[in-house]
Amino acid sequence: MSAATPKGVLTTPVFKNNPIALQVLGICSALAVTTSMSVSLVMTLAVIFVTAFANLFVSLIRHHIPSSIRIIVQMTIIASLVIVVDQILKAYAYEMSKQLSVFVGLIITNCIVMGRAEGFAMQNSPGMSFLDGIGNGLGYGFILMTVGFFRELFGAGSVFGFTVLETVQNGGWYVPNGLLLLPPSAFFIIGLIIWVLRSLNPEQIEENEFKMKHNTEPKEAV
Amino acid sequence: MAQSNNSIKKILTVAFALCIVCSVIVSTAAVALRPLQQLNQELDRKTNILNVANLYEPGMDVEAAFRDITPRVVNLETGQYSDQHDPQTWDGFEARRDPAASRTLSGARDPAGLSRVENYATVYLVGDPDDPEQIILPIRGQGLWGLMRGFLSVEGDGNTIVGITYYEHSETPGLGAEVNNPRWQAQWEGKQIFDEEGQLAPAIRVAKGSGSGDHEVDGLSGATLTSNGVTNMLQFWLSPEGFGEYLAKFRSAVDPGEAQDADVELEAEGA
Repeated sequence: MSAATPKGVLTTPVFKNNPIALQVLGICSALAVTTSMSVSLVMTLAVIFVTAFANLFVSLIRHHIPSSIRIIVQMTIIASLVIVVDQILKAYAYEMSKQLSVFVGLIITNCIVMGRAEGFAMQNSPGMSFLDGIGNGLGYGFILMTVGFFRELFGAGSVFGFTVLETVQNGGWYVPNGLLLLPPSAFFIIGLIIWVLRSLNPEQIEENEFKMKHNTEPKEAV
Repeated sequence: MAQSNNSIKKILTVAFALCIVCSVIVSTAAVALRPLQQLNQELDRKTNILNVANLYEPGMDVEAAFRDITPRVVNLETGQYSDQHDPQTWDGFEARRDPAASRTLSGARDPAGLSRVENYATVYLVGDPDDPEQIILPIRGQGLWGLMRGFLSVEGDGNTIVGITYYEHSETPGLGAEVNNPRWQAQWEGKQIFDEEGQLAPAIRVAKGSGSGDHEVDGLSGATLTSNGVTNMLQFWLSPEGFGEYLAKFRSAVDPGEAQDADVELEAEGA
């Protein structure tokens, strides 16, 4: 983190230090918006925009932010950006904003945005912070798109709205898996992605924080 | 610098300046984009109306197509048109909360689970308002997870269905949300609302499994409660509690013996 290079801050969050897969942040919205790929894509763009500019603005004024109110200052900046994104979506991508509904507004509570502002932008230059925001947004988006791909393909038989597997409802052969359109399936897919990423990068596997003891011996219980 | 940053004066200055800057940005965005957003909402509503009337094609000029459609406000109790409210601005859905413009429903009178219903509702007439080709009715009712809102389009005879669509619902994707599957919606075309006995109670319903005859539509597999919700809301909105009285006029107008009277009646209301 100390020797941050522009390439490093852009690419590490995608695989090595993925905000969803390693830090397990932003799960809530990843469950909600990944039923179709186009919605995931818009959500990704919104999060990239918010994270990048929140980082930029926080970093620009970082020498003037009093430490006692720094969290609320970051929050105000993030909230303003999210409202702007929401308004723009309502004006230019109305259909999309209807599908995303409250989840655009909930970017405010996405830990990734706040985490990067507090953890990176407060200590680094504006340019770096901006790139870091984009990098983390990409990392978030990478997971979102992967989850969205599997959920849309096997849940609705299409990719980006284009039919790949003709479903039974539309006279085809594919019986869609309804579970994949429901939020729990995103948990399974994210879990599998984390498994894959940790197998590829064994250094991501944490030490056990505690060990399970054997069950209580009968005589101890008495 | 760290010291001065935490002085009360500095804290207040930063907080105040930040609030001003952010509020200016947010309000600029909100005000500047407001007209565009309202246009979108309007367009969305009109697209849905054209959709249910089978008049919508992707990429068409919605505004131009909408010139053939006349909104009118109907008094649900009498079935007459009302000039009390402006059809362009009247919002029956909002009015359901207003005690003066709505009434409460309960028990058997409330199959769709609405609890309150407005006294006046906006209908959309396709073609000549005095002798419409299609009548588009707003419908709503409880599905499985929440309120479903949509439109039902009926031919000028007040009995034959053209289409049904939902623009707001929270049904399960892949199961209940199939109410918006074009293949399912296509079944509605040509179905009859009322049976031959001329009763006021609508006969149309969503069957469990596959439907047969003029009054039944196939159920949505795996979504019995949503299907029941659709049946219930049609039972309500097409009954005399809903648009029953209003539709009855069109049906009697088709009857050759009464055609003359009904025309006069409709003209008088149109004035």
